[in-house]
Amino acid sequence: MTNAADGPPVPPSAYLDAASSEPLHPAARDTLLAALDRGYADPRRLHGPGRDARLLLDNARAVVAECLGVRPDEVSFTHSGTEAVHRGLLGLRAGRPWPGSAVAYSAVEHSAVLQALEWTRSEDHVALPVDRLGRVTGAVPAGLAAVAVQSANHEVGTLQPLDHLDLPDRTALFVDASASMGRLPLPDRWDVLAGSAHKWGGPAGVGVLVVRKGTFWANAFPGDDPLDESATGFPNVPAALAAAAALRAVVEERDEVNARQFALIDRIRAAAAAVPDVEVVGDPVDRLPHLVTFSCLYVDGEALVTELDRRGYGVASGSACTASTLTPSRVLEAMGVLTHGNVRVSLTRDTTDEQVDGFLAALPQVVRDIRAEAGL
Amino acid sequence: MIADLELDCRGMLCPLPVIELGKRYTEVPVGGLVAVAATDVAARTDVPAWCRMRGQEYVGEEPAADGVPRYLVRRAS
Repeated sequence: MTNAADGPPVPPSAYLDAASSEPLHPAARDTLLAALDRGYADPRRLHGPGRDARLLLDNARAVVAECLGVRPDEVSFTHSGTEAVHRGLLGLRAGRPWPGSAVAYSAVEHSAVLQALEWTRSEDHVALPVDRLGRVTGAVPAGLAAVAVQSANHEVGTLQPLDHLDLPDRTALFVDASASMGRLPLPDRWDVLAGSAHKWGGPAGVGVLVVRKGTFWANAFPGDDPLDESATGFPNVPAALAAAAALRAVVEERDEVNARQFALIDRIRAAAAAVPDVEVVGDPVDRLPHLVTFSCLYVDGEALVTELDRRGYGVASGSACTASTLTPSRVLEAMGVLTHGNVRVSLTRDTTDEQVDGFLAALPQVVRDIRAEAGL
Repeated sequence: MIADLELDCRGMLCPLPVIELGKRYTEVPVGGLVAVAATDVAARTDVPAWCRMRGQEYVGEEPAADGVPRYLVRRAS
């Protein structure tokens, strides 16, 4: 046994799954610790601590609104991104003053969108197909309550052409912006938006729901506060404030961070494509800066994730054998690309060149070994 | 459609049906037809994707006598 000082240099390990959850941003950590002692009271009360909590919550809302370029009274905090998706989308059905309750959705939406629609027990919803890159392509039929199209795909990184969607009149647009919020500016077109703080480096348990002024939207769930239709129970004031602090920091840093991440992902795309029988998927250019997905022919996804983890690299996979449902990723299926041997690599804000070098050095050997075991 | 080679991949999980196809499709001559009968749902996406990646022709899907889907591949090279 040798120690690191006299053995060969140990390649740096890396958590490469920021798209599942970004580590807490240092700005969020400082704010959270400071707010924990101050933001405990009920912001609806009229006493001093209540007014203090209200001040912090209003401040969090104002910062989020400013970072997103929306009005503060359009922003509410929910208890998760999933909750923001459910309330946001179903509220468009509940608030629609015209007939029609069906929703069209891109075939590559996050499961939160699909689960919200399944919950309605209606069979009228329409899936819109996507092309090989994962971009929504289908024509949107008229008479729908809403169309749900994400800002960017959470599995393959492809940006959706939201500003070029052909939408019939009176069709509200629900945008799940969870994968891109903070990292990229919002699209121009949306009626309701959802986001999730732990995806940009805020704490878990904070979702953001934005309902544009003038949108026909009504709470589709049991009410809470008659004065604030989109309120969802007692607010986690310190976490909301920390989420806002992280969002501000991410927006301020994003020109530098995005450029660095975009170039690193370009390197990973090229190196993965050079491994025999590996298909790199998603749009190579119009994409999230920090994320790439590829699939390795003849390779078991679970073995791939396990072997990479053994070498210190934490990645996600959309292959069936890695899913709780044992079905392959709907996103990969809808795109018509290989679903087995799938790896999603997503960089954190401080992923280094050396970590990417280490990962790229490990990858071809891991793929080769797993194929050799299968007799190929 | 009658195939020149029937691969019975019932009960196999991904990626085994595609591994079986990759190992054995050369047993038919160029122009010959291979059928992969698979219960694994991933085969529906992965057999056509294999054809695209390996330059082979995906012909389509039809059910076997027991209702299990057979994915048909024509060897192009």
